[in-house]
Order: sequence, then C-alpha cells, then structure tokens
Amino acid sequence: MKRRDFIRKSVGAGIVGSALSFTGYNKLFGAGLADGANPYDLVAVRGGEPEIMLDRALEALGGMGNFVKKGQTVVLKPNMSWDVPPERAGNTNPELVKHIVKKCFEAGASEVYAFDNTCDNWIRSYRNSGVEDAVKEAGGRVLPGNTENYYKGVKVGQGKRLTEAKVHELILDSDVYINIPVLKHHASSRITICLKNLMGIVWDRRYWHRNDLHQCIADFGTWERQPDLNIVDAYRVMMRNGPRGVSVDDVTEMKSLIVSKDMVAADAAATRLFGMDPEEVGHIRIAHAMGVGNMKLDELNIHRIMI
Amino acid sequence: MACLPGYFAVRPGLFINRNNHHQLLEIMQNHLKPLRVIISLFFLIVASLIFIDFREVFSESFLSGFLSLQFGPSVMRFIHIAAITMFGFIFILIITALFGRVYCSTICPLGIFQDVVSWISKKIRKRMRPYRYDKPKNILRYSLLALTVIFLLFGSVLLLNLLDPYSNFGRFATYFGRPVAAWINNALAGTLSSMGIYTLYRVSIPPIQWQVMVFPAMILALVVWLSYKYGRLYCNTVCPVGTLLGFLSKYSIFRIAIENSGCTNCARCERICKSSCIDFKTNEIDFSRCVGCMNCLNICPESAIKYYFRGRPVPVAVSEVQTANETREPDNSKRSFFIVMAASFLGLNKMVSAAETQIRTNRRSRNRKSNGVEMSRPTTIPENRQYPVSPPGSVSIEKFNKACTACGVCVTKCPGNVLQPSFLEYGLAGFMQPRMDYLSGFCNFDCTTCGEVCPTGAIQPLTIEKKHVAQIGVAIFIMENCVVFVDHTDCGACSEHCPTKAVDMVPFTGGLTIPEVTENICIGCGACEYACPTEPYKAIYVEGNPRHELADKPEHEALDQPDMEEFPF
Repeated sequence: MKRRDFIRKSVGAGIVGSALSFTGYNKLFGAGLADGANPYDLVAVRGGEPEIMLDRALEALGGMGNFVKKGQTVVLKPNMSWDVPPERAGNTNPELVKHIVKKCFEAGASEVYAFDNTCDNWIRSYRNSGVEDAVKEAGGRVLPGNTENYYKGVKVGQGKRLTEAKVHELILDSDVYINIPVLKHHASSRITICLKNLMGIVWDRRYWHRNDLHQCIADFGTWERQPDLNIVDAYRVMMRNGPRGVSVDDVTEMKSLIVSKDMVAADAAATRLFGMDPEEVGHIRIAHAMGVGNMKLDELNIHRIMI
Repeated sequence: MACLPGYFAVRPGLFINRNNHHQLLEIMQNHLKPLRVIISLFFLIVASLIFIDFREVFSESFLSGFLSLQFGPSVMRFIHIAAITMFGFIFILIITALFGRVYCSTICPLGIFQDVVSWISKKIRKRMRPYRYDKPKNILRYSLLALTVIFLLFGSVLLLNLLDPYSNFGRFATYFGRPVAAWINNALAGTLSSMGIYTLYRVSIPPIQWQVMVFPAMILALVVWLSYKYGRLYCNTVCPVGTLLGFLSKYSIFRIAIENSGCTNCARCERICKSSCIDFKTNEIDFSRCVGCMNCLNICPESAIKYYFRGRPVPVAVSEVQTANETREPDNSKRSFFIVMAASFLGLNKMVSAAETQIRTNRRSRNRKSNGVEMSRPTTIPENRQYPVSPPGSVSIEKFNKACTACGVCVTKCPGNVLQPSFLEYGLAGFMQPRMDYLSGFCNFDCTTCGEVCPTGAIQPLTIEKKHVAQIGVAIFIMENCVVFVDHTDCGACSEHCPTKAVDMVPFTGGLTIPEVTENICIGCGACEYACPTEPYKAIYVEGNPRHELADKPEHEALDQPDMEEFPF
C-alpha cells in the first residue's frame, strides 16, 4: 500500500473511530489539567482562525493567567526548524505564536522568549518561518539556539536509552515553558507533535536517531521539566513528505487547535486529527506506557469546541 | 610636507616656463597620497569585513559589485563567461594605462595589507633601514607571469590560484581572519548573554583543517616577512597581476618621474620607495615596479618628483649623476625565500595521500567526541565517493577547476557551512577550491548565495528555480550501515532533511521504514548525508556529478481536504 492511500484510508478510519469514542465527558479518569480551576484535561477547537481558536481554548481553561503569573518569564518552543514560508506548514503558524506572546504579556509576563534548535540554517529558518517577526511584533524576543554553548547537561532519570541530554538554558531558566508544536507528518517519527517537538530544545539529536528514536523521544518526555502548557497548531497540516515538506501540495487546512498540559494526550488527539491511531506511533505508545501522560482519549475530560 | 624657508620663493624659479595649469596640477598632486590612503583603507576594510561578516550584513549584489574590481577574478570571469561582467578588469587596465599600477595600492587588498605591515614595521623598528633601489627581478617576475599565462592557455587556473593577490588575501581572511573574528564574537556573545543581553549571538566555527591551511599560512608568512623587511617585493616578483600591470604601466600616459633640474639628489624619494624602484643616482624610476603609493610625491622638498605626461619632465635635462650607477650589489638575502617557497610547495605535494586519510580520521573522531555518549556499533562500510561535489552553478567539475581561484568568498558567505576549502580532493588542478563538505553542513535548498558572490564566474548565479533542479550529485544509500537495518529501530534522519523527498522512507520489516533514493529528483544537497547519525561511515552519502545534471521536479497529486464536521476523537 502506498503511503498516500494509507493516509487516505486512515483518515477515514480515524473519523469512524472518533464517532465510536465520542462518549461525552468522562471525569472519572481525568488527569492533568482537570482540577478546580481547570475542568478539562484537553481542549480541542476546530473551524476558526488561529487567534480565535486560541482565545476560545484559553477561555475554557480559565485564561492564560492560570499558566502565566505576573512578573514571570516565559519561554515558548514553537517549531521554526525549517527554512520554509508559513503556507508550507513546516513551522508553527506565526499568527498563533504572535497571539500566544500577546496573551502571555496580558497575563503579566515580564519577558517572553522563543527559540528553536533548527534543522535548516537558523537565521533563515527564524526569518522565513515568519515566527521571528511574529514574536517580535508582539513584544517578545527570539533567541539563538545555534551553538552548543547555549545548552546545559541534564539527567533523564527514567530514560531507558536516553539518560542525559543537553537542554537549552532558556528552558532551565524560565518560569513558564510553553510547547507550541505544529502537527505534521514526519519521516523519522511518523508524526511530530508535542513529544517530538522537544527534540528542538536539545543539542545532541543525532544520538537519538542512532539509539532507538521512539524510545529516546519517550525517554525525554519523562524528564522532570515538562511543558507547563502544550498548544498544538493544526491550522495548516502537512500530511506527507514531512517534516520539511516538498510543496504547498502537501498541506491541508485543518483549522484545528489542541491545548493540554498532557503532552501524550495532546499527541493522541492530534494523531487522530491527522488520521492515525496513537497506538501506531511508537513514541506516543511508549510515553504512555512510561507514564508521561495518557493517550487513552476516552479516559480524558475533553472539551470540544466547534466554531 | 616639509616646507623649507623660502620654498615659495624657490618655486617660481623652477617652474618659470610653466603656466598656472601646471601649478594647479602640482598642488593636486600633493593631495594624491592622502587620497590614496583613504581609498585604500576603504577597500581593505570593506574587503576584510566582507570575508569575516558572519551576519550577512553585506548584500550579495554589493559584494559582487565590490569584488568585480579585483583583477584576477575579473579576468577569469572574462575568459569563462565572456559577458559584460568583465567590466572590472577592463576598468583596471584603463586606470593602469592612465596612471600606472594604482590598482596595487588602492584596490588590491593584499597590496594594501602589505602597506599596513610595512607601516607597522616602520613604527616598531624605530631606526628602520630605509628602502633602497634594487634591480628588478625581471627573469623571475616575467617567468612567473609567463607561466601563469601559459597555464591559463592550457586551461589551468592553478598558478593564478596560487599567486593571485586578491585570492591569497581572501584565503588569509577566510582561513585565519574569520575564525579569529568568530572566536572573539563568541567570547563577547557568551559574556553578554550571561548578562541577559542577546544582541550578539554565537556563530558556529567549522572545524579547522590544518592541511588546507598550510599553503595560505606559508604565503601569509612570506608576504608578512617580505613586506616587513622589503616593502612591496612580493608585488614586484611573485605577483603575476603586478607584473602584468607593471608591464602595461611602462607605457602609461601619466608616469611618475624626476625632474633633473629640480632634484638635489637628497635621496629621500628612494628611501621612502616601498617598491625600491627609484634610483636617485640616475634620477630614474622603474615605473613598471611602481605600485602608485605616491609617498615620494610628498616627500620631495623640491617637488621634483611627480606625475608627468608620459613620464617626461619638462625641461628634460640629463643629469651628470647618471654615470654613478654601475655597481649596485644585488640583494642576495632576498633570494633565499624563493627557494624556500618552491621547495615547500614541492614537499606539500608529497603529503597528499597521508593528509587525506588524516582528514577523515580527525573529523570522525571529532564527531564521536561531540556526541559525548558512546554510540552503538560503529558502521563498517566506507563511503566510496568517486567524485567530490562541486558547488551548484559550477556546471561541471572540470569547468569549475578551470575557473576558480579559491579566494574563499563563497566559503565565508555559505550560510550552511557546506562549502569548505578542499585540499586535493579535486586533484592538484583544483587545489584549495571549495567543495561541498557534507560533514560540515548541507546545501540550503532555497539559497543561491555562492553563485551570486563568486567573482570569477566559476560558480555561476542560479535563479531559485534552476537551483531547485540543479543536480550536483546523487545520494547513495548503504543499507548495511543504516540504523534501521542494523539496529531495527526507526531513524529517518536523512529523509527528514531531504527537501525533495528523493530520500523517502518505505516499508521495511517489523513495521519499520527504511530510506529509498529516487535518483531523478535528488539534487545532491547532502542534507541526508549531513543528518545521517551513523559513525564512522555514513549510511547515505552524495556521489558527485562530474557534470551537473538537471533533476526532475518532485510531483505529487493534490490532497483531499479533511472532513471538518466532527472531531475524530
């Protein structure tokens, strides 16, 4: 079966699956965000512009103030790894990033930083992804991650294959850490969402590829400093030839957004949007098994917003 | 300038036959030296900045315009493209035909660099031995020029590559200046960022390859030593551009000469002449060696030395001093360096095979170390690259080798660090010419910088559309080295980076996917080779196309729009 057909069929399967699993709110197994202030484990929005979808999602979660307190420093980890324009969907939607920066400042953030350890030349990737300008326009700052000096060694205590990594100092130094992946097809890891996006905060990625990629991604998910919030951009989605993409033909408009504190839950939901089963994706399956989060969407309290 | 008492009283006597027109010219000539200094510093500083600029401050168009005035590269451009871009060297020839080797003192960065060294030398060695007239090394300089031309006629740029002053300067800046500048920048950026200031950022410094640096280091040492002790000796013996322009400047319309009747034989002009081309005893100037620094114009208390129409002072009077010239000792100490240089270069050749092995070993072990953690089993099958990969726009390796003078400007401007100087990967014909080094980086799909900045036309500018299908090589997959095959785990780093998906992941056993190369859409950018994590040998590498080909554009059918009615969960 060609991958194209495979994707087409799985999209269909995913939709059927979703109808079956749509059993309404299930607070019994709720984890992660669900507490007094945050009634939902995961919020999914469809059908709006990025800014509107973000506003609706944050509203459901009690506002950005639940995550960013006055005077705190915030580090954003969008995907701006590729020297491609926004319409190619290789990087996180700049409009979304801009709005997040704005929301952080509204919540009282003292500084908002963004960076990525890019795959293509970092200056061009920052610039041509549109993310650099977006962050700056909203008053945030874009910092480099292009040399090893910016990365500090950390231990990954529960890691099976990955026991240590060098992590960007911004992640270690900032008060709030927000992960903003874009949902994409991925040649190496099948799909890239929250867990996979964290490969952009570490320096030594080749080791991961060499030593069981899926296991390493899941291992790093167990590292104690987890994102305080994950915002998955699925407005434009690259359905094939990822993660870089070959042309705009690889992209569909899905106009969706997923927000959760649980990386595995967000990945599972986004994988469904993409048309795959989370079980098919090694690192999501392993991360779930290692207790990083919950990929069983029917056990989660999900708030769905259709615009 | 030294202004003797009664100076103005003397002067009307000297120029009694002249009209105001001449006086005006004379006053203008007093300003020539300061003007030369200003222009030359501008050219030296901008040329240096161009090479060490790692923040892409200068636009490609500014850069190519600026560099188009460099003689050697401009000639190569003329030979190989024969387009209007030959403007640069024609302009230099015209200037030379008018005023002599002005190029050597105002535009040539190596020449100006030597002036700076000489200037420093003068400051350090307080009681410096003054310059003195020396006989031209005609046999040497004309032989080197002739050999350079003969090499070019037979299609080899090698000698021009080795001797061209701009290209040598470029290599100094590329190999020595830029790493030092980057190092300073990184030290500063580190300090600032620890203080929360991020205006500067660190830049990655490609690994230093000592083999490649041997020749430029030798030339640098030679040039510094010669200019420290003897002024512009390099320019009047080794430099083929200097010799060629010197030959032409014998017939320049305006030439510097000494007016015998005004000359008091004080010898100041001879002692200040960096080219050792003024012989005060005969009152003659070997204008073919004059680099046009114009220092002598201002030093002469009598204003007897200056530009004259066809180098003929009016009135012409033959001085009786002329007879005193006969026995000047040739300066033997200068000879040794040529012998040293020739010997060293011959020695360099013999290191070839040993050095190439060394490069591989060095860089592999560097990679291993940089990962910090012990890797899984090392790969066993060496890549068997038949051809090096030449930069996009170079048309073919043969054509490239014939045109590139290895100035290194593309190396410093390459945003992906993939263009690195070669040692002898191309053979001697392409000594030091840049090659695509996929251990250092890979070629950015949407970048056309190297072709835009190349001053010789060895790398021709490509439109972005042409760049996207310029196939400089083809990826070759060594399955037995691949992580997926060996360890049975997913990897896909190669396919991840591939801009055309010529390297795609196809189903393999156990639900894994393994790379597969579609050659006709591969452009040889090397992203796959760079990203491949296996060591010491890569599981995928790019075999160079000796002649660049046209790749097909990748085609994919349009996607179905997703169903937006429901959440699939």
